[in-house]
Amino acid sequence: MTEKKNTKGILLRLGKYVLREWPLFLSAVLFTLLSNQLSLLGPKYSGAAIDAIGLSGGTDFSAVRENVIKMAVCYAISAVLAYFLAVIMVHLSQRIVYAMRKQLFEKLNTLPVGYFDTHPTGDIISRISYDIDTINSSLSHDLVQVMTSVYTVIGSLVFMWNISKPMILIFAFTVPASILFTRYRSKKVRPLFSERSKKLGELNGFAEEMLSGTRSIEAYGKQDVISGRFNERNETAMEAYYRAEYYGATLGPSVNFINNLSMSLVAMLGGILYMLSFGGKFEETSIFFITLGGVAQFVQYSRKFAGPINEFANILHEFQSAFSAAERVFRIIDEEPEPADAQDAQSLEHVEGFVEVDDVSFGYTPEKPILKNVSVTAKPGKTIAIVGPTGAGKTTIINLLMRFYDVDSGEIRLEGIPAKEIKRKDLRKAFTMVLQDTWLFHGTVFENIVYGRENATFEEVKAAAKAARIDKYIESLPDGYNTVLSDDGVNISKGQRQLITIARAFLSDAPMLILDEATSNVDSRTEIKIQEAMNELMKGRTCFVIAHRLSTIQNADNILVVLDGKIAEQGTHEELMKAGGFYSSLYNSQFA
Amino acid sequence: MKFLLTYLKPFRNRMAVGFSIKVAGTVAELFLPYILTHILDNVIGTLRVEKVIFWGVVMIICAAAACAGNIIANRMAAKTSKDFSKKMRKDLFEKTLYLSASDTDRFTIPSLESRITTDTYNVHNFVSMMQRMGVRAPILLIGGLSISFFMDANLALVMLATLPFIFITVYSISKNGVPLYSKVQKSVDNMVRVVREDTQGIRVIKALSKNDYENRRYDAVNLELSKEERKAGTIMGSVNPIMTLLMNLGITAVVAISAFTVAKGISTPATVIAFVQYFTLISMAMMVISRIFVMYTKCAASANRIAEVLETPDSFFVTEDDSPADEEKFISFENVSFSYLGKKNNLENLSVSVPKGGTLGIIGATGSGKSTFAKLLMRSYEADSGKIKIAGRDISSYSRKELTAMFGVALQNDFLYADTVRENIAFGRELSDDEIRRAAKIAQAEEFIEALPEKYDHVIAPKGTNLSGGQRQRLLIARAVAAKPDIIILDDSSSALDYKTDAALRKALDTELSGSTVITVAQRVSSVKNCGLILVLDNGKVIGRGTHEELLETCPEYKEISDSQMGGAFID
Repeated sequence: MTEKKNTKGILLRLGKYVLREWPLFLSAVLFTLLSNQLSLLGPKYSGAAIDAIGLSGGTDFSAVRENVIKMAVCYAISAVLAYFLAVIMVHLSQRIVYAMRKQLFEKLNTLPVGYFDTHPTGDIISRISYDIDTINSSLSHDLVQVMTSVYTVIGSLVFMWNISKPMILIFAFTVPASILFTRYRSKKVRPLFSERSKKLGELNGFAEEMLSGTRSIEAYGKQDVISGRFNERNETAMEAYYRAEYYGATLGPSVNFINNLSMSLVAMLGGILYMLSFGGKFEETSIFFITLGGVAQFVQYSRKFAGPINEFANILHEFQSAFSAAERVFRIIDEEPEPADAQDAQSLEHVEGFVEVDDVSFGYTPEKPILKNVSVTAKPGKTIAIVGPTGAGKTTIINLLMRFYDVDSGEIRLEGIPAKEIKRKDLRKAFTMVLQDTWLFHGTVFENIVYGRENATFEEVKAAAKAARIDKYIESLPDGYNTVLSDDGVNISKGQRQLITIARAFLSDAPMLILDEATSNVDSRTEIKIQEAMNELMKGRTCFVIAHRLSTIQNADNILVVLDGKIAEQGTHEELMKAGGFYSSLYNSQFA
Repeated sequence: MKFLLTYLKPFRNRMAVGFSIKVAGTVAELFLPYILTHILDNVIGTLRVEKVIFWGVVMIICAAAACAGNIIANRMAAKTSKDFSKKMRKDLFEKTLYLSASDTDRFTIPSLESRITTDTYNVHNFVSMMQRMGVRAPILLIGGLSISFFMDANLALVMLATLPFIFITVYSISKNGVPLYSKVQKSVDNMVRVVREDTQGIRVIKALSKNDYENRRYDAVNLELSKEERKAGTIMGSVNPIMTLLMNLGITAVVAISAFTVAKGISTPATVIAFVQYFTLISMAMMVISRIFVMYTKCAASANRIAEVLETPDSFFVTEDDSPADEEKFISFENVSFSYLGKKNNLENLSVSVPKGGTLGIIGATGSGKSTFAKLLMRSYEADSGKIKIAGRDISSYSRKELTAMFGVALQNDFLYADTVRENIAFGRELSDDEIRRAAKIAQAEEFIEALPEKYDHVIAPKGTNLSGGQRQRLLIARAVAAKPDIIILDDSSSALDYKTDAALRKALDTELSGSTVITVAQRVSSVKNCGLILVLDNGKVIGRGTHEELLETCPEYKEISDSQMGGAFID
C-alpha cells in the first residue's frame, strides 16, 4: 500500500515538473500529432499516385506528378516538424532537469551540517549527476511518445468498437491481462531498480572517498587492495543491475505476447464470425455480423492499437530506472532542512559581542552526550580560550555557537537574546571563523579571499593577504591574485591554504571571532609574524579560541578547561595556575 | 572506440548465441503479420473453421517463441553488458589509482570521478541498448532491402541511391556530435566539482551565510551544462528527421519513376504497392537505427574520455642498479633539484644522507619544500636533476612494490575512510591484531581507541569527521608504523598532538622501531629536536644542517624558530 502510494506520489511530482513547462509540453504534443498526421498523408498521396499509374487506360502522368509533389511536400514539412519537435523536447527536458538540479543543490545548502557529516559526498554527487541524468533521458525520449500513443490507442479503440463489438470482447480480456501482469511484475521489479540506484550511489560514494586518498594509497602501494574493494562494490552494484534487468526483461516480451495472442484470437474469431455471417446465420443488423473487409480493417486497427502498448511495455524498464532515480532525488529534496527561523525571529542590528552559554547539554546522538551542563559568559571584546584533551567537546561548543547544531537543553544567548530567536543568518554573520580544515574552492586566489566580504576592493584584499603573510607568495604565482587554485593542486601547501583562509577572515568585519586551531598548519615563525595582525583582528572582538599553543592561551581573559563534556576549571591563567588543577599540570608539563 | 571492442571480445561467443536467439525470436515475430495476411487473404475465403483455427494456433506458437526468445536474449544481453561494464569500470578505477600524481593533477579528481561514474554509465547504456534494439532494426532493414531487390531491381536501385546521402549525413553529424558530447561531459565535471566543494566546505559556507553566493556559483555550472546538453541535443535531434526525410524522398522518387517503368511495361502497379509497404517497414527500422546512432555518439564521447585515462602511459619505469647495499648512506639525496611547475625550483641542489635506523628532521617555513622532500623520496614525482638513493641503489631501480613496501607514511593530507579503526590502521595489509595493537600503542592512540564503543571495530565516519584532529593524526601514525617499515615518514603528522604525547611518541619510535629510519617533517622544533640530523629549509634551499644543539649555534633562523616556541608548548 505504501509502495503504491509512493509510486503515485513520485509520478505526480514528476508530472508537476512537466506541467510547470506546459507551453512547451503542449506544443510538443501538438507537433507530434501534426507530424504524425502529415506523415500519414504521405501514404495517402502515394496511393493516389499509384492508382493514377495503374489506370487501365494507361498512366495519368499529370495526376502522378501532382501527387508525387504533394508527397514530397508532406514529407518535407513532416521532417521540419519532427525536427522542431526534437528541439522542443530537448528544451523541455533541459528546463526540467535544470530546475531539478537547481532545486536539489539549493536544498543541499539548507540542510543541517549533520547531514554532510553522515552522508558520503559521492552518493550526493551520484544523485545530482547520474540520477537526474536518468530522469532526463527518460523524459526526453519517452514522455511524448507515451502521451501521443494514448491518442492512437483511444482512436483505434473507437474505430474497432464501430466495426465489431463482439470482437472487442477479446480485448476486454487481454488488455486487463496486460495491465495486471505489468502491475504485478512492476511491483516485483520496482525494489530491484531501487536497489540498483542505491548500490550505484554506494559505489560512487566509495569511489569518491578513495579518490580523495590516492596519494596515501600510492604511498602504501595498496592500489590493488583498494581496487579489489572497489570491485566488491562494483560487483554488488552490477549484480543489482543485472537482477533488475533479468527480472525486468520478462515484461516487454510478455506484454508483446499478450498482444500477439489477442491478434491471433482476433484473426480466429473474425474468421469464424465472417464465415457465420457469410453463411447467413446473422442478420446484417446483428452485432455479430461482419464483412471480410470489416475483419481486415479490424485487424489493422488492432495492430495500431497494440503497437503503442508494446512500445510502452518495452520502455517500461527505462521508466522504472527513472522512477528509482527520482525517488532518490526527491529524498534529498524532502530532507528536513535546518529548522526555519522562528516567525518572530529577530534581526541583529548592532552586536557588541556579549555571549552567554547557559546550562547547555548536547550530544550528536541521544545515547552519547558530549557536553553536560556547560555555562560560560563572554563579555564584549574578551577572549575565551577553550582547553582540553582530544574529544572533550571543544569543537562541539563552536558548533553550538554557530548553530550548526541546536542545543538539547539549556540556552545560548547573544546580547541577551536567545540564539533560537535570532535569524540564523544574522547570528552567523556576527562571527568570523578560521578552522583547522582549510576550505578553498576552485577559483582565483582573489575570489577565495574576497569570499569573506564580497564588496571588498582589491587593495583591501591585498592588505589582508599582507597581514596574513601570504601576499609575497601569491605575487610569486604565475598570475598573482588571478591564479586559479585547483582543488588538490600541487602548487599550494596546506599551510599556505590556511594563510589564505586567515586572510579571508581578516577581511571580515564581524564583531566576534572563532579560531579553531586556526594556525595549526602554519609554521611558528610565520605564526609569530601574523600574530600582530591577529591581535589587531582580535582587538575589540569577542573571541573564542581553541589552540595548542599555551602562549596563545595564557593571555586569554577566561580559560575554560573542558574535561569529559564538563567545564572542569575556568579562570585566567594566573587563577588556574594557582588552583593547581588540570591546567597547571598541563602547563608545567612543558618544562618537565 | 577501439578499446570498446577489446572489452567486448571476451563475450563474443555469448553475444553470438544471444544474437542468434534474438534473430530467431525476431523472425518468429515477423512471421505474425504474414500469417495474419495469409488468414485474411487465403484462409477465410475457404470457409473452413478448422483451417482458421489451425493458422491461429500457429500464430500463437510463433508469438510464444518470439516471447521466449526475446526474454532469453535480453537476459543474456543484460549479463553481457553487466560483465562488460564491470570489467571496464574495474580497470578504470585501478588505472586511476595507479596514475602518477602529476597525471591525477592534470585530470583533476572531479573529472576522474565523473569518468568512473557517468561516463561508464553512458557506455554501458549503449552496449546494453545495442544488444536489445540493434537486432530487429537491421533485420528489417536488410530483409526489406533484399526483398525489394528481389521484386524489382531497378526500383530498388532508386531506393539504394538514398543510402550515400544518409551515410554522408550520419558521418558529418557524428563528426560534430562527438565533440559536443565531450563538452557536455566536461560540464558535468565542473558541476561535480562545485557539488563536491560545497559538501566539503559546508561549515564555512554556512558560517559566512554564503548560500546565495554558492547557489549562484552552482547556477553558472548548471546553466553551462544545460546549454551544452541543449546544443548537443539540437544537433543530434536533426538525425532522425533528416534520415526519415531522405528515405521518404527516396520512396517518392520510386513512385515517380515507376510511372515511367509501368508505362513501359517494366514494372506492375502491384509491385509498386508492395514496394511502398516494405518501404514503411524499412523507414521504421531506420528510425530505431538513428536513435541507436545518437546514443552511439554520446557513448563515443564518453568512451574517449575513459580511453584517455586507460591509455595514459605508466610513467613508472624501473632502471638497473646493482650497487652494493649501503647502510651508512641508507637514504641519500645528491644534488637534487625539483620544480612542480617548471618555473621556480621547489627544491634546489639538496644533498643529504641518513644511516639505517637514523633519524632525519626537516623543518622550515610554510612552502619551503619540506613535503616535497618526502614526495621525491617516495617517487611520487621524479626529481628534475640529481640522484636519490635508498640502501645504495637509485630509487628508480626499485619496482613499485619493493619501493612502497619500504615505507610507512603519515601524510599531511590525512586520509581516513568509513571503515573500522582496525581497518584504517591495517589499510589493506595483512596485519595481526597484536601488530595493530602495538602500532596503536606506539602512536599513543591506544587510550582513545579503547574508549570507543566498539574499540578496534568502531566504524569511523567518512574522512574521519567524527574524530578530533589529534585522534586522526594518531591513527595515521599507527598506520605508518604498523608494518615495521624500513623508512617511516611523518609529514607534519603530529602537529595536533600535545607536547607530552609527541614526546612519548618519539620515545616509542626510538625504542620500538630502532631499525627504522625515521624522517620527520615538522614545524615544531620539539618534534625534530632529538633527530640525528636536522635540515632547515627555506625556499627550497638548505640553510642549516646539524643537530639541535649545533643549529642553535650555527643557524639563526633555527634559533629564531626555537625561541619562538620556547614556553609555547602545545596542548591537545
